[in-house]
Amino acid sequence: MRASLALLKRDLLLTFRNPGLIVNPLLFYLLVVTLVPLGVGANQQILQDIAPGIIWLAALLATLLALDSLFRNDLHDGSLEQLALSPTPFAMLTGIKILVHWLITGLPLILLSPLFATLFSLSADATGVLAITLLLGTPVLSAVGAIGAALTVSIRNSGALLALIVLPLYVPILIFAAGAVSAAQAGLPVTGQLYFLAALLVLSVTLAPIATSAALKINL
Amino acid sequence: MNTSPSRQNVFLRFFRRLASPKYFYDFAGVWIPWLGTLALLLFLIALYGGLLITPPDYQQGDSVRIMYVHVPSAWMSLFIYVFMFFNAIISLIWRIKLSDIMANVSAPIGAAFTFLALFTGAMWGKPMWGAYWVWDARLTSEAILLFLYAGIIALNFAIEDRQTAAKATAILIIVGVVNIPIIHYSVEWWNTLHQGPTITKLDKPSITMDMLWPLLVMTLAFKFYFFTNLLMRARLELIRREKQSQWVNELLR
Repeated sequence: MRASLALLKRDLLLTFRNPGLIVNPLLFYLLVVTLVPLGVGANQQILQDIAPGIIWLAALLATLLALDSLFRNDLHDGSLEQLALSPTPFAMLTGIKILVHWLITGLPLILLSPLFATLFSLSADATGVLAITLLLGTPVLSAVGAIGAALTVSIRNSGALLALIVLPLYVPILIFAAGAVSAAQAGLPVTGQLYFLAALLVLSVTLAPIATSAALKINL
Repeated sequence: MNTSPSRQNVFLRFFRRLASPKYFYDFAGVWIPWLGTLALLLFLIALYGGLLITPPDYQQGDSVRIMYVHVPSAWMSLFIYVFMFFNAIISLIWRIKLSDIMANVSAPIGAAFTFLALFTGAMWGKPMWGAYWVWDARLTSEAILLFLYAGIIALNFAIEDRQTAAKATAILIIVGVVNIPIIHYSVEWWNTLHQGPTITKLDKPSITMDMLWPLLVMTLAFKFYFFTNLLMRARLELIRREKQSQWVNELLR
């Protein structure tokens, strides 16, 4: 437990010393969301209809941006090896690294979600549902993405490969999350989608650290 | 209990010997021509049956003949993934070199069948549905399966060290298998959620025996083709990996 907390503290400290890691994906996210009306036109109705999909697609891409460097620096400076050798279960420590990834990419998106909802004039209901789907969905993006990041950790210029591996695995999240927001927008019940998201969250948070640590050990 | 090799049962002994690279190489060499001939024969029979003997469908006309290639390809695309999954499990747990070779060399064949299923589906869709592509649940999940295959192949090629590549792809294959049902059902749900079915399934009476037999023979032909191709690729990969060993040097002298 103490090792986990120490790792959490160290990773957060490293991130805050390099604020670009947090800010750049967010700016990228904002930029993508801003570009969409420029591409499809400023028609309020159309924008409202496609907003859930756009917001979630942008979230997927922003998550990918920060994934590439999730384990690489630790692999190069040897600290990953030390983590694998420590008596604390390696899966738990990779879980902490996933948590840190979520804290720097997922959490800011949730905090900013009312802003996006306003940009696309979503209803109050849909705004609330958007925040909930982000809360349930972004940890899954971090956890599943970490598997891809671990598999590609020793490959140089792995950005496109990482996207190819990880994006198909994001399909269910995209469907249920964007579907829930659309349904809320239309005044339909969303509990079904939210339960599915919660189930996926439980599944990925429990299993992904194990797969991630196994993938990392291959590369050590 | 005596567990010396001579006392073990026949099947275990066979598999143990099969796991040795040199034995497998010779074994595959014997089987490839037989399996290949069988695949070719069955293929010709099924093709003859499907194209010439069976009647055209009363609704779909001659386009129904695309089914004899389309349906077996789609089945194979899933069958090969499951085959890869079991081999990946075996290679991670028991570290059997041959299993990870099998898992890795299956991927391009699986991707080819997936592509074939999508392509023939598009050819069939144009006259039947009026469009090469519709965002139907089945089509979409088959397309995502193609991307999964592509990811596996790409990862395998991107890692230089063969051992590392094999283990990494094995993990990705297993992660993919956990996801395939989730992806499949979520895509199905997505389609029913978003839009009413634009294309309801054609009113399909259960298939008649006349049309069924070429389909089944073609499925068998594809299976045998897969195993022929698999053994050929596995032999090649085996030689590449074992090129330092003595038996390969003797073989290639």
